[in-house]
Amino acid sequence: MEYIQILVSAIFVNNVVLSRFLGICPFLGVSNRVSTSLGMGGAVIFVLTIAAIVCYLIQNFILVPLQIKFMQTISFILVIAALVQMVEIILKKVSPSLYQALGIFLPLITTNCAVLGVAILSIQKNYNLLQTTVFALASGLGFALALLLFAGLREQLELSSNIPKALKGMPAALLVAGLLAMAFMGFAGIVN
Amino acid sequence: MAKVSSFKNMLLTLLATTFISSALLAGVHQLTKKAIEKVEVEKINAGIKKVLPEFANNPSDNISKKFVDGDTVAIYKATDSEGKLIGLAVQTFTNKGYGGRISLLVGFLADGTINNIDVIAHSETPGLGDKIDPRKHPFSIQFQGKNPDTFKLQVRKDGGDVDAISATTVSSRAFCDAVARAYKIFVEEMVKYNPNFASKIQAANDAVSGATKIN
Amino acid sequence: MKIQIILKGIFKENPIFVLMLGMCPTLATTSSAINGFSMGLATTFVLVLSNLTVSLIAKQIPDKVRIPSYVVIIATFVTVIDLLMAGYLPDIHATLGIFIPLIVVNCIVLARAESFAAKNGASNSIVDGLGSGLGFTLALSLLGFARELLGEYAIFGTKLIETDGMVLFILAPGAFIALAYLTVLFNMIKKRLIK
Repeated sequence: MEYIQILVSAIFVNNVVLSRFLGICPFLGVSNRVSTSLGMGGAVIFVLTIAAIVCYLIQNFILVPLQIKFMQTISFILVIAALVQMVEIILKKVSPSLYQALGIFLPLITTNCAVLGVAILSIQKNYNLLQTTVFALASGLGFALALLLFAGLREQLELSSNIPKALKGMPAALLVAGLLAMAFMGFAGIVN
Repeated sequence: MAKVSSFKNMLLTLLATTFISSALLAGVHQLTKKAIEKVEVEKINAGIKKVLPEFANNPSDNISKKFVDGDTVAIYKATDSEGKLIGLAVQTFTNKGYGGRISLLVGFLADGTINNIDVIAHSETPGLGDKIDPRKHPFSIQFQGKNPDTFKLQVRKDGGDVDAISATTVSSRAFCDAVARAYKIFVEEMVKYNPNFASKIQAANDAVSGATKIN
Repeated sequence: MKIQIILKGIFKENPIFVLMLGMCPTLATTSSAINGFSMGLATTFVLVLSNLTVSLIAKQIPDKVRIPSYVVIIATFVTVIDLLMAGYLPDIHATLGIFIPLIVVNCIVLARAESFAAKNGASNSIVDGLGSGLGFTLALSLLGFARELLGEYAIFGTKLIETDGMVLFILAPGAFIALAYLTVLFNMIKKRLIK
């Protein structure tokens, strides 16, 4: 029950992108086409989950015992960067088809603040390993969902010809994101 | 411009950068450690000052910890200059808020009367649920001077004595739940100082499960 | 020359309105003018120091480990400001929360280090960091100011009218909407000035 609560809360109620404002750059940058957004979403779910687990282990088995919690930011970001590289190399060897689908998005993920953000958040929330895993997986799913919906909306937006000239491009996209965030607010309260 | 990469100089560069940065951070950490610890203590003390009448001791030295409903909370003891108990400040929480968790600090006088309540953290909706904060709405003021023995910690809709914030029943119920939990913790702790409180434990326990029974 | 570098960061290449970099803190920390301003200053601090350090040591760093080294440098200064704020500005530290460590992944900081500081001298790099930082701070303060004004009917925490504001602007959707219209405004002013 507790895990379902974490899951629902991270996907819908406190969506990483639309409510916590993490990972906005790829949200605005890689959302022109539904197909690319699927690839990016998949890559983020994958890296986010592994990164959160590894960061959890580093925090609890290295930083806390050595009393160097102030090294958190530095070690997490280095781990994430190294991890992304490693995932890229392994994926290339093990599953070329998956690599083809996700490959070009992987380097972009290092600077996706959703990854570092979720890793830090699960430490702050005092989650245990299983809770961290569920939270990270759900956050990744939340990111992918928001990205996919937004990409679909933007594809429609491009077809529409009656957008005021001043709003064309980024402002219109931001307004759509605002409406999407408003829709997600409707989920608040369902956790109870 | 930049140097040609060889394995040796790459390794050396990375080692040097991380070493220098760790040394620098360790230094800054030493410098700020005292200030950060002081801030933590002051934050606690300022909170206790808000919820209890004037006291003479340093309550953050007199902490007892308790494990309640899945989380550890702290109880701070305030005494006057002769060491007589003035009251306890009890950390409490509820997970039933509209936006999830609400954390409060509740100050009880030695006879069990609520002196004052401070909201430490919450994520209720701005403009609606955030009115549980005394800085935004008088809702939490109604608890002052009430003794949970006679003042039923439930919203009126559920048969209690608490006036809920209009259109914000979930947050109001959650707030009552947190205060009822605080009273339960308080009563259990008070048995140490006053054996009479032992008879109240059952009722205080029941009140916690009752505060949000109707959902 | 130096003034031009600063003006470029504030106006022609404004990180928010023009380059659309570093959007996460922009949307998340601007529920009031003072929050946006503090976040801007914290980022400026990191930008200036990381630009300076990178410009000084860029020639000593082998090409292939360039980015990891820059990231370590940036993360160091981020932790420094994080610790300093926790000790001496605890209230602001608490409101900005997780977005202070997240300055590390703010694209602006790495972008300035890589595209400017690595190729320029120390003094110009400081000025460039200052310019981009001020452009960022300005945008965040403006956005915070607008959201506070509409959402709380308040200016710098002082209420103008004693009623609830349009709460939407304090909430998440309002951040997107306010930024959309501020960008339009910025583009209109820019167009008029260029004419």
